[in-house]
Amino acid sequence: MWKIIKARIKQGYRTLKYPKEEPVFPERFRGKPVITGPISLEEVRHKEFDPTGALTDSNGSAVDLGKLLFNEDVKKVCLQGHLVYSQDYRMAVSKREDLILKNNELKLAYALEEKIKKIFGRSLRLREVCAGSCNGCDSEIQALNNVVFDLSRFGIEFVASPRHADGLMVTGAVTKNMELALKKAYEAVADPKIVIAVGACAISGGPFYGGKEVCNGVDSLIPVDLYVPGCPPHPLTILDGLLRILDRLEK
Amino acid sequence: MVLRKFCIWNGQSWNLSQVPVFDADIFRKEILEECRSGARVVNLFGALGEEGDIRMFAVISKDDDAKLSLFSVLISKDKSVFPSLTPELTAVHLFEREIAEQFGVVFEGHPWFKPVRYHENFRNVPDCWPGISSKPIPGDYPFFKINGEEVHEVAVGPIHAGIIEPGHFRFQCHGEEILHLEIQLGYQHRGIEKMMEEVTLERAVLLAESVAGDTVIGHVMAYCSLIESLSDCVISPRAEALRALALELERLSNHIGDLGALGADIGFLPTAAYFGRLRGEFLNLLMELSGNRYGRSFCRPGGVLFDLDPGMKDDFRRRLSVAKKELKELAELFFSKPSVLARLEGVGIVSEKTARELGMVGPAARASGLSYDVRTDHAFGMYRFRHLPISLASTGDVFARAQIRWLEAQRSLDFLLELLDQIPKGELCKTVSPLKPGQMALVMVEGWRGEIVHVAMTDPQSKINRYKIKDPSFHNWDGLAMAVRGAQISDFPLCNKSFNLSYAGHDL
Repeated sequence: MWKIIKARIKQGYRTLKYPKEEPVFPERFRGKPVITGPISLEEVRHKEFDPTGALTDSNGSAVDLGKLLFNEDVKKVCLQGHLVYSQDYRMAVSKREDLILKNNELKLAYALEEKIKKIFGRSLRLREVCAGSCNGCDSEIQALNNVVFDLSRFGIEFVASPRHADGLMVTGAVTKNMELALKKAYEAVADPKIVIAVGACAISGGPFYGGKEVCNGVDSLIPVDLYVPGCPPHPLTILDGLLRILDRLEK
Repeated sequence: MVLRKFCIWNGQSWNLSQVPVFDADIFRKEILEECRSGARVVNLFGALGEEGDIRMFAVISKDDDAKLSLFSVLISKDKSVFPSLTPELTAVHLFEREIAEQFGVVFEGHPWFKPVRYHENFRNVPDCWPGISSKPIPGDYPFFKINGEEVHEVAVGPIHAGIIEPGHFRFQCHGEEILHLEIQLGYQHRGIEKMMEEVTLERAVLLAESVAGDTVIGHVMAYCSLIESLSDCVISPRAEALRALALELERLSNHIGDLGALGADIGFLPTAAYFGRLRGEFLNLLMELSGNRYGRSFCRPGGVLFDLDPGMKDDFRRRLSVAKKELKELAELFFSKPSVLARLEGVGIVSEKTARELGMVGPAARASGLSYDVRTDHAFGMYRFRHLPISLASTGDVFARAQIRWLEAQRSLDFLLELLDQIPKGELCKTVSPLKPGQMALVMVEGWRGEIVHVAMTDPQSKINRYKIKDPSFHNWDGLAMAVRGAQISDFPLCNKSFNLSYAGHDL
């Protein structure tokens, strides 16, 4: 008993001050990309470094965060190094088209409709469905429950059944083998309900985009209310998105 | 007749024509005889031969010999049948089912001939199981069922109660006692192996990072070494050292995270919280190094993309020393509580015999007394110069698996603290030349779950035409099924956490 109490005192208080204080990320952290100079079509020569088409689909005039894998290699697409990553972790949006970064601006997620917000605003229960991820995003969602991020202090919790949930949090490109299970889980959630797609796979298929065994993302099957880009997204990127749709961040 | 033996080393590449082709009888006899004298089937997989035939390769390892023996057999494309080895050698049962699913080869006499991942075969021929991919899992292939008075069935999944990957567990129970567990996976099947053959190398490395999200470094290291081997690229000692640093950080984060998960499952929440937080410290070190908490974008063919700067080195040393001290205190708190020990000891036992029969690998095998670790037995990269002692237990229960995690975490920390002082100099990332044509290469890496094996073959145009991935979970899921046999249903979560296997790694 004494040992446990001693350990408790030693461990101290470890929860982040977020959202009151902004978190600090290491220098190499790859957050929201920034285009520092003009990228013209002629410059986009090394298309092979952008297999998911995050930059090349728009000929370099925009970056699709839903397709971006936040990797280093993609920088090589721009010959003059005009693509860099910032330390900005805030990237979750409400609509798929908002994930297209133009002029380095992103329309971040906005609050749910007043009526729904009234129901979910102070207590949101989510059911997580992994539908063909690599377990990376799921590990970060799990990390939200640890003492550092302490998700439950915001009244958000993960529950064991879709019947107990207000919405789904989905990861993975949705494999053919998970299609039915995902649809059934969605139907089992009572209305009104929300769906959150976490990670590049759930948004666009990620590295598996175009594969024979996957459906290229969640919104090809069920409507999505919040998109959290990343591969995998940092827990704070997910948390930021959640707090935004619940209108819990001070403006 | 004298058999032509062909032996390879971990990380080697060779000309495809060097691999001997045996007759079916000799192929079978060779595997069985080797295994009878203590060898292990590391890999058994199919590939398309030149004439459209199926060429089946066997990679055999003897634990006291760093060399691997390799041989193959041809199976006709028109009459694709092969006598199953499973009745005599349990460890190959899943390999055979996998080959059957991928290449439409019927293994005659296989006692549990069922699809693995429910997808169409690679050859566009009729599948061994008609309509395999048109119906949801398990399709027309029912679960093993036990009948009898008061015997009942419990079905769990594919969507589980926790934040974990999908899979289906079918328990046959008598009261609380589990008589049999059948684990049906395949829900995470994304078709990685096939995609690896179709995509560019720039995309393939991203796929390799996504085989299993908690083993990013393990799998991408295997991929990079394979490409380097196929292009005769020797990476610098510095890059080798930095890769080992990332691999051990990955091992630490997972082992410690799992100890926390065990704490949560037995209801000892303080340790669950502390271990959970400590896991994050290692992920954050990986983020410091590579910009990503799981080490994505760190390893690339030719070396690594990020260096450990002098300032970072001191910071790493300081943080690892603190973590080492904290881990010791936490583990002592966890492993000294009688209530913890009572819950862990004697639960979910896998005997050494069973572990050997199933071909188990990694910490789970070492907890059952199988002294096998790729870092020692088939040393690769930095581990050729610096040896890590193998951690071993003998009881094979949840306690042993938990204890092994702690022991290995300590060894890894010692290894890293020593390594940080002596990181050699060298070029960070070399340019990789084009792949050699008509070659084959094999790489084994000891990931935190155990032996990861990647094999690649190139065609005459130097394009990869077969890529085979084996995650340690491939063998160890059977270990979990055996561990819970005779245990209580309520012991399942505990057993499951002690293994913490990858669904994505198995399903590919």
